[in-house]
Amino acid sequence: MTTVKLYGLLAEYKDPSALIHAVEKLRDAGYKNFETYSPFPIHGMDSAMGIKDSVLGWIVVACGATGLASAIALQTWVSVSAYRVVTSGKLLFSFQAFVPVCFELMVLFAGFGAVFGMFALNGLPKLYHPLFKNHRFRTATSHGFFVTVESSDSRFSLEGTARFLQEIGGLSVEVVEE
Amino acid sequence: MSELVVGNDDPSKRTPLVLGGHDFKSVSDIICRPVEAKAPQWWMIAFGVSVSGLCLLIAMLSKLVWSGIGVWGLNNPVMWGWDLVGFVFWVGIGHAGTLISAILFLFRQKWRTSINRFAEAMTIFAVMSAGIYIVFHVGRVWVAYYLFPIPNSMGIWPNFRSPLVWDVFAVSTYFTISLLFWFVGLIPDLATIRDRATTKTRKIWYGIFSVGWRGANRHWMNYERAYLILAALSTPLVLSVHSIVSFDFAVSQVPGWHTTIFPPYFVAGAIFSGFAMVVTLMVAARELFNMKDFMTMHHLETMNKIILATGTMVGYAYGMEFFMAWFSGNTFEQYAFINRAFGPYYWAYWTMVSCNVISPQLFWFKKIRRSIPMMFIISIFVNIGMWFERFVITVTSLHRDFLPSSWFYYSPTWVEVCQFIGSFGLFLTFFLLFLKFLPIIAISEVKGVMPAANPHQPGEEH
Repeated sequence: MTTVKLYGLLAEYKDPSALIHAVEKLRDAGYKNFETYSPFPIHGMDSAMGIKDSVLGWIVVACGATGLASAIALQTWVSVSAYRVVTSGKLLFSFQAFVPVCFELMVLFAGFGAVFGMFALNGLPKLYHPLFKNHRFRTATSHGFFVTVESSDSRFSLEGTARFLQEIGGLSVEVVEE
Repeated sequence: MSELVVGNDDPSKRTPLVLGGHDFKSVSDIICRPVEAKAPQWWMIAFGVSVSGLCLLIAMLSKLVWSGIGVWGLNNPVMWGWDLVGFVFWVGIGHAGTLISAILFLFRQKWRTSINRFAEAMTIFAVMSAGIYIVFHVGRVWVAYYLFPIPNSMGIWPNFRSPLVWDVFAVSTYFTISLLFWFVGLIPDLATIRDRATTKTRKIWYGIFSVGWRGANRHWMNYERAYLILAALSTPLVLSVHSIVSFDFAVSQVPGWHTTIFPPYFVAGAIFSGFAMVVTLMVAARELFNMKDFMTMHHLETMNKIILATGTMVGYAYGMEFFMAWFSGNTFEQYAFINRAFGPYYWAYWTMVSCNVISPQLFWFKKIRRSIPMMFIISIFVNIGMWFERFVITVTSLHRDFLPSSWFYYSPTWVEVCQFIGSFGLFLTFFLLFLKFLPIIAISEVKGVMPAANPHQPGEEH
């Protein structure tokens, strides 16, 4: 017999309101490694889960600053050193004329930072996840509201946690394997 | 759902954004239906026509590359003709998408949710059509990479003091950011289609492009932040792009171009033309895909109000240009404008004024704002008028330049005309593919603005 590793428990809830109340109870009971799944972001869920604010903004600031610095460096080097051509009597270093490209490259780099930073923080792309094997979970992107509690949580016990998820309003509780 | 209250601006009981008493599941069902069902007959016919247009474009571009830029009717002093007109026309249309997705998002205009996907797709395909003009108008298209600062064996670098180089950076950044914004918005909806998929092909392709999205709240948190940041970045970006396009003209010394009103005037015109194109396409799509519960009359009316506002701004700019020409006391500037309205291209000028200034004023009447045939006709007029605006600006200023001996009446050749028709083929081919293979309404965002999505139901404490 092959031993299958346990990922955790999956419970479905009726609607956003039921989900948020269940999560508050999970948090108060001391669970840490749990996650909710919903077809759209639910207002107030972050504080109900007790998770920290996203750090994405700092990544974007760093990328934007890199873009701005590269634009200044590129234009200055090209105009003053690599290809010295005087056009329409403008100075070689005409910083006023460099503003548009500085702005565009700053936005471009910051935009890459926002999208790929979000991917990195979320661990995407990830084409396999244990939950994808669960049939009921397919509604999570359409009309289902779910909670998972991972087996790695210190308070996790198969029977106790399953009972608790049901007590706080779970419509169904299922075991998810790795 | 309670009864529809039309035009009620009391924030406590706003016009509902989704009609028909839908729940979350039926929203997914309806929006995913075009993707999951067989392509309807009208789609096949439209696609066939569009692909023929695309072939025409490819043929014209091949002729251009084979024979050289002389196949266009351009000559001294009209060095820019339908190429620049087509470029600015398409880039302008591309502005509505980002306006709807970014600026209206920052202003928390929730009505944008059911039209933003649609408008963003339109943006991307319009910028592609514009890009064709930029790339091919350089003539020797095989060295078009000179536009970018790429090290080459001749040691030549772009001149960063030229607005044309700014334009390269602005348009390519705009295209990239719009594409990323669109893709980020699509990820949760692609996951919806993946999870509903019944065929293997659909499972694999939507599975790859939804990058493993599963709606986890920790993901949503970073996702919403990314979306907000992209909106905040795109808002100044969309304003900068058409400003920089206007610098192509305004930074030169040509009378009629060298004015400071150009950046705001171009931006208002871009939003105006983009919204008109969204209305044109939306009126058709909501009918053909039966999505009237999501793209409601309220949405169309709001868009028509924006067309009225921006059309009035454009009319103001036309008037102000004449005022400034008179007030400047500069005889060359004055001549450029008198020649614009009463010279050999008077017909283009007055077509522009009738379509852009007069026709949108009909939207002051609520009956017309809410009439499908009327808004369709007016939006077509605006599309035509905005094309003529770019023609008037580009050609009338150039055709009588500093040296009267070189004055010239420019007419396009058949190649230019066919290429412009072909650019619609490119645009519509991609747009029809979008209508068939991607969710045309942002499913997760629409669900988010439904009353049932609010976890704090009435009577509960917040």
